Amino acid sequence: MAEPRPISGTETGLLQGELVEQRAAVKAGGDPELTREVAPKRPFSFGRWFKATGWRHLVGIVVVAFALFPIVFVISSSLNPTGTLTGSNALFSQIGLDAYARILTNPQVPFTTWFGNTILIAGITALLTVFLGALAAYSFSRMRFTGRRFGLISIVVIQMFPQMLAVVAIFLVMSAISDWFPAIGLNTHIGLIMVYLGGALGVNTYLMYGFFNTIPSSIDEAAKIDGAGHARIFFTIILRLVAPILAVVALLSFIFSVNEYVVASVILIDTEKQTLAVGLVKLVSNPRYADWAAFSAGAVIAALPVVLLFLYLQKYIVGGLTAGAVK
Amino acid sequence: MSSMIDEDVAADPGADRKPTKRQRQAAKIADAASGSMKAFVVKLVLMGLVDAIALYAVFILALQREWIVLGVIVAVTVFVNWIYFSRRRLPAKYLTPGIIFLSLFQVFVLLYTGYVAFTNYGTGHNGSKEQAVSSLMAASLERVPDSPTYQVTVVDQLGTLGLLVTDPDGDVQLGTMEQPLAEVDGAEIENGKAVAVDGWTTLSFGEVISRTDEITELAIPASDDPNDGALRTPDGSNGYLYTSNLEYDEAAGTMTDLSTGTVYTDIGTGAFVAEDGQELRPGWQIVVGFDNFIRAVTDPRLAGPLVYVTLWTFAFALISVASTFFLGLFLAITFNDLRMRGRKAYRIAMILPYAIPSFLSALVWAGMMNQSFGFINQVLLGGASVPWLTDPFVAKISVLIVNLWLGFPYMFLVCLGALQSIPDDVQEAATVDGASSWNVFRLIKLPLLLVSVAPLLIASFAFNFNNFNVIYMLTNGGPRDTGAPIPVGFTDILISMVYKVAFTGQTRDYGLASAYSIIIFIVVAVISIIAFRRTKSLEEIN
Repeated sequence: MAEPRPISGTETGLLQGELVEQRAAVKAGGDPELTREVAPKRPFSFGRWFKATGWRHLVGIVVVAFALFPIVFVISSSLNPTGTLTGSNALFSQIGLDAYARILTNPQVPFTTWFGNTILIAGITALLTVFLGALAAYSFSRMRFTGRRFGLISIVVIQMFPQMLAVVAIFLVMSAISDWFPAIGLNTHIGLIMVYLGGALGVNTYLMYGFFNTIPSSIDEAAKIDGAGHARIFFTIILRLVAPILAVVALLSFIFSVNEYVVASVILIDTEKQTLAVGLVKLVSNPRYADWAAFSAGAVIAALPVVLLFLYLQKYIVGGLTAGAVK
Repeated sequence: MSSMIDEDVAADPGADRKPTKRQRQAAKIADAASGSMKAFVVKLVLMGLVDAIALYAVFILALQREWIVLGVIVAVTVFVNWIYFSRRRLPAKYLTPGIIFLSLFQVFVLLYTGYVAFTNYGTGHNGSKEQAVSSLMAASLERVPDSPTYQVTVVDQLGTLGLLVTDPDGDVQLGTMEQPLAEVDGAEIENGKAVAVDGWTTLSFGEVISRTDEITELAIPASDDPNDGALRTPDGSNGYLYTSNLEYDEAAGTMTDLSTGTVYTDIGTGAFVAEDGQELRPGWQIVVGFDNFIRAVTDPRLAGPLVYVTLWTFAFALISVASTFFLGLFLAITFNDLRMRGRKAYRIAMILPYAIPSFLSALVWAGMMNQSFGFINQVLLGGASVPWLTDPFVAKISVLIVNLWLGFPYMFLVCLGALQSIPDDVQEAATVDGASSWNVFRLIKLPLLLVSVAPLLIASFAFNFNNFNVIYMLTNGGPRDTGAPIPVGFTDILISMVYKVAFTGQTRDYGLASAYSIIIFIVVAVISIIAFRRTKSLEEIN
């Protein structure tokens, strides 16, 4: 998540990794686990084991400890019924769900509203981003027209400049829009979603374009001969074949919007309208707010959907790609 | 949408020949046979919706006299209709929706940032000169001594408050904040006082009480000339004439303070300035040329922060990329061994930091690094008092540690994928030729890996260059540099400085913030040129 854009590399990396492993297993004559058992037994030597794989486990344990310790800390403090930061230091000394109750019901902290806002904004943005991106990628991949090369190059260039560089101008444009159309201006969810959609083409089209190109155009042609129009080909055939990349882009976009603070904090003014990122940051930065346990509980609740989606879709994406409709 | 075979043929590269009339007829028949009525209805409904919204927007903008925006909306709407009802323009049908958002919220706003960088836009310089004049006059209103009492009735029209005024001669006038007082006919008179008029709702006594704040704020201009003063009512039933202490001379462009006699002149700096340099606030927005840039680099109190923030931004991005890459590469090599058990479990555990939204992770780390109560000082270091987030140098180290935690899983996954995509034959051939495993890695695998990973490293640099979340949530850019006139701290990077200058200080300075944005803009442009040179990705587009 630290780097939203290049995740594509991640997924390819994972996919490639899995494929190579499978291939290696096939080459070795079957499943790697099985191969290991077939190997002739030698007396166990700790030194040899350590040199071969033992040190790897040592590294693994150290790194996993580094990776997990903030996560363990936040889970532990979220289960701590007393509120303070100091009280959270003795890990798992007390276990209770009081902090969860506090963050969910505290009338001063509209956590559930923030949560709902975040899911709503990130969800709608993800859906529309995928749709806009897929439309553009389809035309770039399947049609030849003047300005096509220029369009693709512009998109690659534009995606280097994140929207937050223009946050001042975005704020000024949105306040101008508020003067004319308050319903889609500052302090509205629609306004924020519109701003996010501005980034939809730039960031994702090129990624999708590459994937669209891997779907053979013979499929389109077959459908065309059968009398299907371009819209029908797009909506009923191509969109289904590219489902894996749609999932990737939707996930990227969703995570991006959940994490986005700069633009959201400028556009959403009322506490009731804000997203989790804006609300929680303002909550913690308030020196008078000392309920660390409740914040931890909120953080756990907020992180869960994203983490689950990430882990779940990762599998789905790899499965979808390997099982692909076209060989 | 109906199918259009003729277009598809024409759109095909090797088929530039115009279809013959017969072919076109055949296509039309096929089209009619395949195109569904339902799709056409959907298209019609959607376009109707778009046009209705556009019509509404045009109506509102015409009321506000925003002719330029109105023109743009009309042009775009006509263009969209032409595209979707034309039988050709197939690619445009797919590109237009995205491009509309892209051009407004990505391209236009970037250009507009460039414009704002050349203005004095910010607190005290928010609007036009007329707005500044009227708000200055309104702020210095004082009751005219011994002026007569006007009887007033507070009236409301769709949320806009107005005053129905009966002057001592019995004449009835009506005005609002925007509309100066004007005579009205047909007002309902009660005991010599106008109490109601058509088109306006008279506020009841209770409503007057509950909207007292709004009502006492009202200042109804007596005429079009701001020097004539305004009518105000402290209680909702009696009004008095107030005139401004300031006198505006439009021809000379001066404001004169009538009580002291000081003359404030518009000398082109976006405010009225007295001879001794004193400014009247608010001023208005003007184009100031390169002033913001010159100020940023020549004012010593601003230049110092700009230099160290820029250096730290580069250092932060470079060290972050290097540290995450080397840790990720090391881990990828470690775990890229088929003999090792439990690799999947390790991998999931290591991906977790990456799967958690980074703003949450940074906030949790900020708690753990708290100097007096944090877990790291209290438990891991047994009660030490390391100033993780409050010392300028240590805070930088903390930011790098946290960013390593956030970023290494990504590099691990990328390197693992790249390593596994290197064919085994390469390794076998080298081993047969007698290369040691270190040499195989250094001379063969690493160069191959760098080829595929280099573009991602550049992208990662560009990302970290603008990695707002980790800085802002962890240290808030702090510790604060108290010597600087803008809210800037020792761990701020350029983008967080832009945000803080524009939105968090006592005075918002959009112009200066935009000027800083332009600096980032240039750096990012240079990075992308290097990136495109290296990867040749633009040449691959055909």
